[in-house]
Amino acid sequence: MNKPLNKMAVQATINGEDTVFLCSPGQVLAEVLRDELELIGTKIGCNTGDCGACSVMVNDRLVCSCLVLAAEVEGQCVQTIEGIAEGGKLHPVQQKLLEHGGLQCGICTPGVVVAAKALLEHNPDPTEEQARYWLAGNLCRCTGYDKIIRAVLDAAKTLREEAA
Amino acid sequence: MNAYQEFKIIGSRPVRPDGFDKVTGRARYGADLNMQGQIYGHVVRSPHAHAVITSIDCSKALAMKGVLAVMTGDDLVKPGNEMLGSGEGAMALKDVVPMVMSQGKVLFHSQAVAAVAATTPALAAEAAKAIEVMYEVLPAVTDLHAALAPDAPILHDDRFPDGYPEEPTNLAEHISLTVGDPDAAFESADVVFEQTYSVPMCHQGYIEPHACVARVDAAGQVDLWCCTQGHFAVRHFTAAVAGIDLGKIKVTASEIGGGFGGKTTVYLEPLAVVLAQKAGRPVKMVMDRGDVFRATGPAPGAQTRVKLGATREGKLVAAEVDCLMDSGAYSGSPAGIPAFMATACYKLSNARSTGRSVYTNKPKIHAYRAPSIPQVTLGVELAITELAAELGIDPLEFRMMNAVEEGDANMMGAPYNRIGLRECLEVARNHEHYKSAVASGAGRGVAMGYWVNAGMQSSATINVSSDGHVSVLTGSPDIGGSRASMALMAAEVLGIPFDHIHPQVVATDSVGHTDLTGGSRTTLATGQAVIQAAEACVAELCRRAGSEWEVEPGVVAWSQGAAHYGEHTLTFEALAERAGSMGGPLTFSSSLTATSTAPGFAVHICDAEVDKETGRTTITRYTAIQDAGKAIHPDYVEGQMQGGAVQGIGWALNEEYLYNAEGVLENPGFLDYRIPVASDLPFIDTVIVEIPNPLHPFGVKGVGEVPIVPPMPAIAEAVYQSTGVRFRDLPLNPPKIVAGLAH
Repeated sequence: MNKPLNKMAVQATINGEDTVFLCSPGQVLAEVLRDELELIGTKIGCNTGDCGACSVMVNDRLVCSCLVLAAEVEGQCVQTIEGIAEGGKLHPVQQKLLEHGGLQCGICTPGVVVAAKALLEHNPDPTEEQARYWLAGNLCRCTGYDKIIRAVLDAAKTLREEAA
Repeated sequence: MNAYQEFKIIGSRPVRPDGFDKVTGRARYGADLNMQGQIYGHVVRSPHAHAVITSIDCSKALAMKGVLAVMTGDDLVKPGNEMLGSGEGAMALKDVVPMVMSQGKVLFHSQAVAAVAATTPALAAEAAKAIEVMYEVLPAVTDLHAALAPDAPILHDDRFPDGYPEEPTNLAEHISLTVGDPDAAFESADVVFEQTYSVPMCHQGYIEPHACVARVDAAGQVDLWCCTQGHFAVRHFTAAVAGIDLGKIKVTASEIGGGFGGKTTVYLEPLAVVLAQKAGRPVKMVMDRGDVFRATGPAPGAQTRVKLGATREGKLVAAEVDCLMDSGAYSGSPAGIPAFMATACYKLSNARSTGRSVYTNKPKIHAYRAPSIPQVTLGVELAITELAAELGIDPLEFRMMNAVEEGDANMMGAPYNRIGLRECLEVARNHEHYKSAVASGAGRGVAMGYWVNAGMQSSATINVSSDGHVSVLTGSPDIGGSRASMALMAAEVLGIPFDHIHPQVVATDSVGHTDLTGGSRTTLATGQAVIQAAEACVAELCRRAGSEWEVEPGVVAWSQGAAHYGEHTLTFEALAERAGSMGGPLTFSSSLTATSTAPGFAVHICDAEVDKETGRTTITRYTAIQDAGKAIHPDYVEGQMQGGAVQGIGWALNEEYLYNAEGVLENPGFLDYRIPVASDLPFIDTVIVEIPNPLHPFGVKGVGEVPIVPPMPAIAEAVYQSTGVRFRDLPLNPPKIVAGLAH
């Protein structure tokens, strides 16, 4: 009954580091990030791509890592929540979430940070409505999104000022 | 009067101490801990909603290589009539055990019937399929009214509600209270209004599924890690369910990814412990999202009949409320709350209030933010609005004419202390939102809300380090920023910088007993324990300083983080550094059963616009006003108000458990059970009203729950104002609106 080990080696750049990991062909990226690479900041809220807590970047694409097979990232660059702050310096999205109180329990926060950073790279000056639609795939049950959206718009302003 | 009249740091908005870890992904939640040598548990769940288990054969699973343990309900205690816990967390053991695992009979779909532990999650899942369970299937009933019909399948033939003959019925509870003479008062009323309203069963919808890992050492000592609103409750419940001495279990609360009442009991924890005992290896268990919806306690659906009597001038003279609620498969005791609290916002000398709950083949209902009150409040508040319209009085004015104030008694008899409901109404009346014109095509609704708020037991320990930094240890899992509040309160009393204070939620063996984070009690009760421990610290520091200066401690004053007498000054840092030579380490503990509680009141204003073609309702403007007593950290008070309002918006517009005829939940995922997303909402404006609680040293009142109470009636009225069609059955989803508009 016990299946033989059927693992494949995958080589990818994860948060800037060359990494090799073993996974089963059917294993999703979220599971490998958490269980094999101990990057537990990526959260699994649903495993069906509905909640966004497992949001990561694969190259420049925002994805739900529960919907990506781990084997698919062979040769790709993956960025997780652990790769967003540079040294001890928080990204403006992280800093503004703290300053605005844009988190309560914090379980959705890693996904929100990854998704919001992707938004601001794609659109440095989003309207409130654009921010709300971009983040519609990141469920938060605590905050009612008010302080999250305020934080993201404020982070956009900071980034624009830094760029100017 | 409150001891502290002017605050130095309370009411400011520092960055929360646990924030950095949460925005960088370092915070560890239930599923984020692995123990050396751990294996993985998997639960076998019933494919039937109502059945007798005729046999369970685990032999094939146990024979599989890598399978180290199996268990069934026989491995748990057989419950009698023991009660567990107290206050809002109180439950009968016979209602807890079957929610962990059934023992002979299955009463809802996906109820746990067996479990297995194996060396990998995939192998555990495969082994679970090899466990053979035979069932004798029984007809299931999930509808409240069908469950009370004479031919309904009976869930419990050994449970009889108080005051009823001992005949099998699905009626779980029937609680009725009367004050004055409502019948006579209705006779004398100029206007009598009566209607029936309903709210569906829904789920708390926390984003983090239940998860735990348990280790049992050779001496039988249990080390349990889990996400919970109350790790002392988990210890108590796990001990009772698994039949282990309380002292042999240590529970550590992980960071918690939402709870809202839903994580105040055990589901996986006793299973992980029993499997770990059997396997001799740590066992990790993580619940699947679908099972969170199918097999953990949702909030009850309810139908409420409301009858109101008033004078033509607008004085409310009589009320009668009859609320029928779902209990699910076991007793969730939801009926007392409507009976006691349905009309808590109103001055009423004559009222009758009844709550009944009904067993159905669905998971046992569980607490959800102000449990049972939003359901009955939809009826009461919408009826009040409808009656106000009939009388030709503005709905806010009508509420102002009848709202309770200090000295008024509610159905429970005790007069209110210094409450802030009328102040909230005043703010609403003068708010720019209420005074503004409603946009063309939109509608506006207002509603009030009440929640009793809990006190219960809390403890805190303060340890002072030699460098003058302070650890504040509590047993209250931090679900929404409470560590920031604890640090603020300690900083206020000690007079030292906020960032010198390090608040932590510690394990059950590291701080005194603390009841769960629930009932809006943590900032009030655990905060009070922190205040007391900090005051004890200040008293000792003054004593030591006085001793140094050879004066009575009573003449030593504490201010700005230092002891003072005449020209003498000793700072907190100096006293901390010299603690060893001045009397020993500085450690202070305080425990209490809080009696300082005060009820919460809120007023919400909602503008909504209904798209008449698609039936979609858009909330265009929303204002939440609430008496917080004193907001310790206003960001997190506002956050509670906004989050609660949005949960109410979701319940009003979309959220609903949908069961098929076989009793199978048809929408057990976030795709089909649709909670609000960012693009559904406007900003939620907040006004914090501060009428200090005279019983609490800092004036705090519970905040977390009452914001979910007013949204449903406020939104239902806004939809009526937008469409001209009255909807009294929620949720107001597009198909219902389209059908309603077609009539």
